Amino acid sequence: MNELPSALLDEALRTPARIANDSVPWEALIASAREADLLATLAARIGASAGLDSVPRAPRAHLIAAGHRCRAQHAVVRREAFEIARVLAPLATPVILLKGAAYLMAGLPPAQGRLFSDIDILVPKARLPDVESALMLGGFATTHLHPYDQRYYRRWMHELPPMQHVKRLTILDVHHTIVPETASVALDAGALFRAAVPLAQATPFAVLSPCDMVLHSATHLFHNEELSHGLRDLVDLDALLAHFGGEGRAFWRTLVARAGELDLGRPLYYALRFTSRLLGTQVPADVVADVARYAPAAPVAALMDRLLDAALQPAAASPATRWARRAMYVRGHWLKMPVPLLAWHLTYKALRRGEEPA
Amino acid sequence: MIVAELAAAELRRRLTGPGLRLRLGPVATEIRSPFAVVASGLALLYAKHEVLGAGDFADFRVAVEPPFGVRRFVAPQALFKFDGNTRFRPLPAAQAFPLLEWGLNWCITMHCHQYLIIHSAVLERNGRALLLPAPPGSGKSTLCAALVARGWRLLSDELALVELDGTRVVPIPRPISLKNRSIDTIARFWPDAAIGDVVPDTLKGSVAHVRPPADSVQRARESAVPAWVVLPRYENGAAMELAALPKCDAFMRLVDSAFNYSVHGRAGFDALAALVDGSDCYAFTYGGALDEAVAAFDRFASS
Repeated sequence: MNELPSALLDEALRTPARIANDSVPWEALIASAREADLLATLAARIGASAGLDSVPRAPRAHLIAAGHRCRAQHAVVRREAFEIARVLAPLATPVILLKGAAYLMAGLPPAQGRLFSDIDILVPKARLPDVESALMLGGFATTHLHPYDQRYYRRWMHELPPMQHVKRLTILDVHHTIVPETASVALDAGALFRAAVPLAQATPFAVLSPCDMVLHSATHLFHNEELSHGLRDLVDLDALLAHFGGEGRAFWRTLVARAGELDLGRPLYYALRFTSRLLGTQVPADVVADVARYAPAAPVAALMDRLLDAALQPAAASPATRWARRAMYVRGHWLKMPVPLLAWHLTYKALRRGEEPA
Repeated sequence: MIVAELAAAELRRRLTGPGLRLRLGPVATEIRSPFAVVASGLALLYAKHEVLGAGDFADFRVAVEPPFGVRRFVAPQALFKFDGNTRFRPLPAAQAFPLLEWGLNWCITMHCHQYLIIHSAVLERNGRALLLPAPPGSGKSTLCAALVARGWRLLSDELALVELDGTRVVPIPRPISLKNRSIDTIARFWPDAAIGDVVPDTLKGSVAHVRPPADSVQRARESAVPAWVVLPRYENGAAMELAALPKCDAFMRLVDSAFNYSVHGRAGFDALAALVDGSDCYAFTYGGALDEAVAAFDRFASS
């Protein structure tokens, strides 16, 4: 197995069965999986292949511990989804679960071993006031109380300021679309609702259609300015592509066409490039050729290869990763807002530094 | 090899270079730090702990280091790093050793979910464990140090690591943390105690640590069967009182004191229920007369 800690985790996630045979630098592997929030994912993948018993006792304890934590989080998310459903059911509005909560409630492979920081839902923009009121009556209160932050989210972003349940302390992100309002992507959120798949076992929830789910995951990762969970998001994409892509050619054809419809070709290009590059995801050659038209100009593509290779490593302490994440932070803001607004936003944030939160 | 067998220069070399690797009961940690107070604290308080080799698996890699920039020189500070990333706010450099101890507690409570972890002192006699779960200020560590001084084996002064079947407590013997007036109290009660520097003005007031006895450190692999759960309460000048505590009350107090009860769901409930079922449970009030208190605990142990 590769001795470089950076490649170690990627490789263990790709081929967990090899854990049983190879001499594994366990200390580095456990530390990097822990840092990337992928310890429970690693545990699930080893558990499903070589078996946890093939791991030496000391590192095995970490995998077992992460498994306990993951099971507890899944129980919390299921219970929270039930509570949110109870609060929102009277509104008779479509409610789409996004990301981790969607994978878990729909029983999709990325849920295995996935840890959570919050729950994300998507509702029609027209119903946002009703949804927010109902959630407040249900015990969720807004956070980020500074007037500027409230305006930032409500006027420019694709989501409300995060809400937190006053007693259970769970964090809920309420989205009305999947890219910021100020981004230059022409995306029709209505199309996401029209294609959504209802969850029979968890009314009133639905999840995005398979292609939209991949595109959202890709957009979330490659439009984001914050890449500390980047590798985890890439592992989500890998698991989704392996699952839906394994169902046949139709998925891949629809995926590429859908990316064009939703104006999300560029994030799809990055998703396919970096899942296969770092995690060995199988993408049909003609699909790779097809999405090449969404690639940026060659020098930009080469630069992004170098930046993302570093930014998507688990080790935040390594200088290359730190600098690459800074560069991606700037790029994320660049994509989020037009330049004059970005200048205003950053100036305001700079002047406000050190001010106590309201 | 143990820490006491390392020459001072070699200890400093490891701390400032490849890292000092120590076994702490069921976990191993790598420590780096350029601070002299960290080196001297480790030399005194971890003297009996086993030193591991560079190739041995370390569960946690931690460092206590100064920040970059002027805070190295002006009102110097110490940062706690875990896997190379800074955790917590910086503290004054004089608090570097307590910061290491608190950081290690954090490492264990945040990651070792293979156990049910309870905020409790744990001591042992004849293979049977005494748990003293309590919030800060209840005199738990003072009582713990007094019992250790009179021959009880120390499993931990902070963390009860309970196997998930509730039948064993796993030792993690580390220095006992004393605060404020209890530092002098223990220095008088246990004149032979190896007590580290008193660090004033921390978040918890003045703190000092006591070295665990060699016997407790050497027997870190011997787990113990929970036998007594005693909720201590220190009340200045109060008469000593040991009152039977209903098991359901003891159970709820253990839930309150557990760090990761919610992680374990049903298994955590069953483990605590088994622990409480197998233990005699008491509420213990004492007014600072440590001899009398230790005598009361010795009566349990011989009953």
